[in-house]
Amino acid sequence: MSAPVVTRATPASRVAMVIAVLALVVLVAAPWWAGRADMRLMGEIFLYLSLACLWNLMAGYAGLVSVGQQAFVGFGGYMLFALTMFGGLHPVAAILCAGLLAAVLSVPIAALIFRLRGAYFAIGTWVVAEVFRLSFAQVSALGGGSGSSLPVGIVKSLASSRSGREALSYWLALGAAVTVIAAVYLFLRSRRGLALTAIRDSEAAAAGLGIDIWRTKLEVYVVSSAFTAVIGGLIFLQKLRISPDAAFSVNDWTAFVIFIVVIGGIGTLEGQIIGTLIFFALRETLADFGTIYLMVLGTVAIVVMLKAPKGVWGLIRDRYDLELFPLSYRVRQDGSDKGA
Amino acid sequence: MPEPLLNIAGLDAHYGDFQALYGIDMTVAEGEVIAIIGANGAGKTTLMRSISGLLTNAAEQVAFKGRPIGNLRADQVAYLGIALVPEGRQLFPSLSVEENLLLGGKVARPGPWSLSKVFELFPILKERRAQPSTSLSGGQQQMVAIGRALMANPELILFDEISLGLAPVIIKSIYEALPGIVGEGMTAMIVEQDISKALAVSSRVYCLQEGRVSLEGTTGTVTRDQITAAYFGVDA
Amino acid sequence: MEWINAVVQGVLLGGLYALFAAGLSLIFGVMRLVNIAHGDLIVLAAYLGLSTTMMLGVHPFVALLIVMPAMAGIGYVLQRGLLNQTLGDDILPPLLVTFGLSVIIQNALLEAYSADPLKLSGGAIETASLSVGGLAIGVLPLLTFAVAVAAIALLQWVFYATSLGRGFRAVSDNQDIAQLMGLNRAHVFGLAMALALAVTAIAGILLGVRTSFDPSVGGGRLIFGFEAVIIGGLGNLWGTLAGGVILGVAQTIGAKIDPGWQLLAGHVAFLVVLAARPNGLFPRVEH
Repeated sequence: MSAPVVTRATPASRVAMVIAVLALVVLVAAPWWAGRADMRLMGEIFLYLSLACLWNLMAGYAGLVSVGQQAFVGFGGYMLFALTMFGGLHPVAAILCAGLLAAVLSVPIAALIFRLRGAYFAIGTWVVAEVFRLSFAQVSALGGGSGSSLPVGIVKSLASSRSGREALSYWLALGAAVTVIAAVYLFLRSRRGLALTAIRDSEAAAAGLGIDIWRTKLEVYVVSSAFTAVIGGLIFLQKLRISPDAAFSVNDWTAFVIFIVVIGGIGTLEGQIIGTLIFFALRETLADFGTIYLMVLGTVAIVVMLKAPKGVWGLIRDRYDLELFPLSYRVRQDGSDKGA
Repeated sequence: MPEPLLNIAGLDAHYGDFQALYGIDMTVAEGEVIAIIGANGAGKTTLMRSISGLLTNAAEQVAFKGRPIGNLRADQVAYLGIALVPEGRQLFPSLSVEENLLLGGKVARPGPWSLSKVFELFPILKERRAQPSTSLSGGQQQMVAIGRALMANPELILFDEISLGLAPVIIKSIYEALPGIVGEGMTAMIVEQDISKALAVSSRVYCLQEGRVSLEGTTGTVTRDQITAAYFGVDA
Repeated sequence: MEWINAVVQGVLLGGLYALFAAGLSLIFGVMRLVNIAHGDLIVLAAYLGLSTTMMLGVHPFVALLIVMPAMAGIGYVLQRGLLNQTLGDDILPPLLVTFGLSVIIQNALLEAYSADPLKLSGGAIETASLSVGGLAIGVLPLLTFAVAVAAIALLQWVFYATSLGRGFRAVSDNQDIAQLMGLNRAHVFGLAMALALAVTAIAGILLGVRTSFDPSVGGGRLIFGFEAVIIGGLGNLWGTLAGGVILGVAQTIGAKIDPGWQLLAGHVAFLVVLAARPNGLFPRVEH
């Protein structure tokens, strides 16, 4: 009898890896096979997937339930406009700068709102987002309350042809999603990630293990905020027009994202992909019904939260013992794979 | 034989996946004082929680006056006439002494106990009636906890770890008050670490060990050795 | 004089914010629930008031006789049918379920009443004013403030001097032991939410008479209420009134400097208090 082997990988996760690489190749080639509308939709899907992964990292792992991440989505969008229009930066450079600026800005914000516990933290983040919205509405150079459009010259600096710009915008969205997923996955596998999981399972126990909870939460908040701002920049690079209400919309950038995470499965990476796909499938089929669609979405989220709190992916995982992004260790003996 | 006041039959109690009680059988006749003894973790508190409804089980596993109550919530059980003096007193810190007692009287079954009767039993509580309950000493808090349970005029009163954490002189005075309580025709079950104290006031005793009844008998007939064996699980 | 006027208007406006906050504070105190849909429920009350005035042809204040019990009923059913299931150690379920509820209420109102801003017509009282020492004080804001003081006094009385309030405090202290005393916590929570939404009904009607509203304004009302609660200090109803007043004054002074700064000034005041006194200005004294 051979010694047991402790491993994270499972056959399913190895197969998933291969499929993911193939899918990525197909997706990268989309500008050669997909129509303009499809590419736009896929770009949007990638950006929502990224937002969902980031919100999930905060709420599902670090216990930071925010309803104010629209603050950073809008901030990223506005920084894209401001840095290209007044700073003369290339849009891609402007978006990366927006991420850095968001990271810097998120530190004092965290120092303030981390004083609020639990649900009050959530509403505190919303107040911050409102402050952002009202502040940007005061900046007349950026169009004040009515907003502004990205000047044609800056748009053209991305690529001279329209199809070239669309392809670039698509690749940026895809690249962002891959980067976010990879970053979150690697982070969760790292020592710090393990610390996070310990915090999620028990703050008292984590403190007992010598984990600086406040600092770990701060790191997650800063990193998530920076990435969220980058995604925000990409979102408004697609839209080419920004206004305070669109940039800091709680429905668009937080409610939908929360529904994706809850429906897909909070605290899992796989769930975000499933949740995003379900969200867009619902949207594409029901969007014509407007308000009814949103009521259905809210109801589905409530039912999932109460009846299947681990979401759709949780149901699948419990049933088939699958893990596509292996985060837990498994003990393997005699070549047989069994979840520990 | 008349119907017992409380009849526990094959009681299995669980906390999630963990099973704390295994097939407990127990009967309590009206007017009896039953001592429940056993080591830490034997399942005494779980038994109290199961009878009082804080832990719900299959309906027929606990019957009170012939009625299955195992599946009822604690508030429903309270109205049927069972009161629990919980381990560690557990007074309501936001409520004054008098408010704690009044809340106990919410169930308001007919019977001899009232605010003035409780103050008669524990005069010190009358002096401290307006104080926050947590400002009292441990012994006085235990008096409030007992008074609070009495205010409901229960037919069966459960005492969980009645003397835990109290000074010996306080324990003595509380035990002195017990006959006055049970004398009113109330039936009582007393969970107690101090075996001799428990045996002194009770007519029958049950010993629990690892979630099972390991000994049952009238207080006069069980021997010290039998109790030791039942308590620690070693053959005497 | 203009500045004094701004302060007085702010104080009176604070009464309305205290009414937004009172229900929020009450349910947090009893069951540690933070209801993200609270603002949308305020707006729902305003719309119920609108429908009542239109159908019965009565004054909005008379409509309260219907809207208050209706909101209380909605609160009880909502709590027992839905929100009780979310309570526990995990903060996510109540937060996400009330967030979903907020989206549902908002869109249901859109479906029923459209996105057009509407207003409750209060008649002569809307423009009536008293002249006090050279200041013109509107009767409606004054009445709103008086109602807020009365509502908070009443809640305080219920909480500390009635058997219902004793039950609220007991369940808040220790749910299991309260259950042993014959209190069914599901019912007690239902009653707390009913009471909270009865107050919310008053807030909604006064909001609707004061300004126009549409289905999207709930989030903002939630935030004002929340800020009043935190500025005043958790668990202190009179503190909540003070918090509302501070928020109101900050807003009117901000608006005096620049109309665009009204809301911003309120949020900044909140953040300053949070930075300087994280537990609020008047935290509950544990006795």
